[in-house]
Amino acid sequence: MLSITNLHAKVEDKDILKGLNLKVNPGEIHAIMGPNGSGKSTLGYVLSGRDGYEVTQGSVEFAGKNLLDLEIEERAHEGLFLAFQYPVEIPGVSNMEFLKASVDAKRKHLGLPELSAIEFMKLARESSKRVNLDAAFLKRGVNEGFSGGEKKRNEIMQMMLLEPKLCILDETDSGLDIDALQVVAKGVNEMRSPDRSFIVVTHYQRLLDFIVPDFVHVLSGGRIIKTGGKELALELEQKGYGWLEEAV
Amino acid sequence: MLIDAIRLVFVNGIFDASASSELPAEIVRFSQASADQQKIIKQHLGSVIEGDKHLFSGLNNAWVDEGVLIHLKAGQELTKPVYLVQVSQGAVAHAINHRLLVVLEKNSRAEIIEHFMSTEEKQSHFVNAVTEMVLQDNACLQHYNLHLEGEQQQHIGAVHVNLGRGSQFRAFTLALGSQLMRVDYQCHHRGEGAELNLQGIYLPRNQQLVDYHTNIQHWVPHCTSNEIFRGIISDQAKAVFNGRIHIHPQAQKTLAELSNKNLLTSNKAEINTKPELEIYADDVKCAHGATVSQLNANALYYLQSRGVLRADAQVMMSFGFINELLQAVEQEAVRQYLSPKLAKLFGRDPVLDEVES
Ligand SMILES: Nc1ncnc2c1ncn2[C@@H]1O[C@H](COP(=O)(O)OP(=O)(O)O)[C@@H](O)[C@H]1O
Ligand SMILES: [Mg+2]
Repeated sequence: MLSITNLHAKVEDKDILKGLNLKVNPGEIHAIMGPNGSGKSTLGYVLSGRDGYEVTQGSVEFAGKNLLDLEIEERAHEGLFLAFQYPVEIPGVSNMEFLKASVDAKRKHLGLPELSAIEFMKLARESSKRVNLDAAFLKRGVNEGFSGGEKKRNEIMQMMLLEPKLCILDETDSGLDIDALQVVAKGVNEMRSPDRSFIVVTHYQRLLDFIVPDFVHVLSGGRIIKTGGKELALELEQKGYGWLEEAV
Repeated sequence: MLIDAIRLVFVNGIFDASASSELPAEIVRFSQASADQQKIIKQHLGSVIEGDKHLFSGLNNAWVDEGVLIHLKAGQELTKPVYLVQVSQGAVAHAINHRLLVVLEKNSRAEIIEHFMSTEEKQSHFVNAVTEMVLQDNACLQHYNLHLEGEQQQHIGAVHVNLGRGSQFRAFTLALGSQLMRVDYQCHHRGEGAELNLQGIYLPRNQQLVDYHTNIQHWVPHCTSNEIFRGIISDQAKAVFNGRIHIHPQAQKTLAELSNKNLLTSNKAEINTKPELEIYADDVKCAHGATVSQLNANALYYLQSRGVLRADAQVMMSFGFINELLQAVEQEAVRQYLSPKLAKLFGRDPVLDEVES
């Protein structure tokens, strides 16, 4: 599914990722934890193709393709999805219009016809219900004036509508109350399948109680410095990251 | 426009009775005015600013032979909006004069839509339009001034407003570009507590020009004005926005805001924006700002990361830039009329909006 080899990346002349290796097989859930500023969000941005994030070394293979050769939207069409730590507000562009454009773009890539407005509306209403987001949010500007939790639920709704192969959740649990957290976890668990993988970036064990990972990685200083099973997250919660960083 | 309104249709400046509504007593063409109405016309026509002081209204004065008077007596309210349509028709160039005088006495209310349109892109008529509005104490007027004329058209227009004590003027204007499209707003706050709310959108494309000049004069204390203009300038088009707010020494406690945002979608497009605040009173709250921007890179990335092609994302965001103002338009018929038209201009599928609403 995803194979990252010796990835180095910089932003504005600052080296952030410094030789990152990660392999994700279909159906797996990988949790990435690590101190603030270690490069977790950067990894998501580099994988999604954000401008200004320059890869200086290494390679990324995704679904049999060289991911780094693809445009941002092509990566999405191939099935990569990043749920943003800070979803962007776009006043004036209605959420509904945005969601339909995303779904239609994906369908076009698959050689399917666009959905009619009515068909899409139905689909969107169902999805909003699944993440406990009032349908009124569909009419608002994209994320415009949404609370933190509403933005995150909107991200999960997009994930459901787009049915990606690889979902990267960047601190989707930060700032969520326990109910919203369960909505997110339920959404992810419902979407789990043998050919869909997840990378879940989080600081908190509590999310991993609901979304149980196959692997837990510690990202520090732009590299993965430790990998373990789900019990590693518990250990990190107790001990912090210091003992690992000292060991490196 | 589909609207239940008192309709006045002019074709190349000539009143078309068959396409127009039966006019109520409050609305009359100058040529049909009674002696009392003529008195009102004489008293107010050109009163907002003296005719010769304003280039365009002067031009119109010399030729003025026809116009429309809307006169509401104290406390009166029109049951329906007034919809004035000025249609440019035919290939032969015409000079069209349009003159509207609105006199709202104390506590009266009206809603007026002025709509300028062309039947074809190629028309090259010359339109000179002057609208004068006198709002006496506590009168309330909602005014729409819409310019959807052909690309070859030349239009110079002026809207002059006098605001009495506690009166409210809420206005929306929109202009597609043409060879020459100039619209001037002059608004005088002459009675305490008067409120002005003016929102505008301009969208010149190709080699078109749009030129908005607004001049708001606060003469007395405790008035407010809130002015927002947004423009998208594409291709090799050019726009000028000149917004002046003048606060005279007596006008203490004025609240005035002026915002002008522009989006250039090509590197050959041009905007000349000049907001001017002149403040001669010390106890006022004023803000003004003008911005010229490209599309927000973060938002573009976000849309692309969801699979929306960059070009489509740009169109969506450009439309979004003016859609905020469009959605704030109070008269639903105007909104319903403009939304799909503008969406088409931006290459969007308007169906979704229709189903949604
Ligand atoms: N646009 C940027 N310009 C400069 N430095 C940046 C930029 N974006 C991120 N960084 C830096 O890169 C490092 C990693 O950031 P980030 O990937 O957001 O960390 P994390 O998500 O693990 O908290 C931080 O030191 C941050 O300050
Ligand atoms: Mg982060």
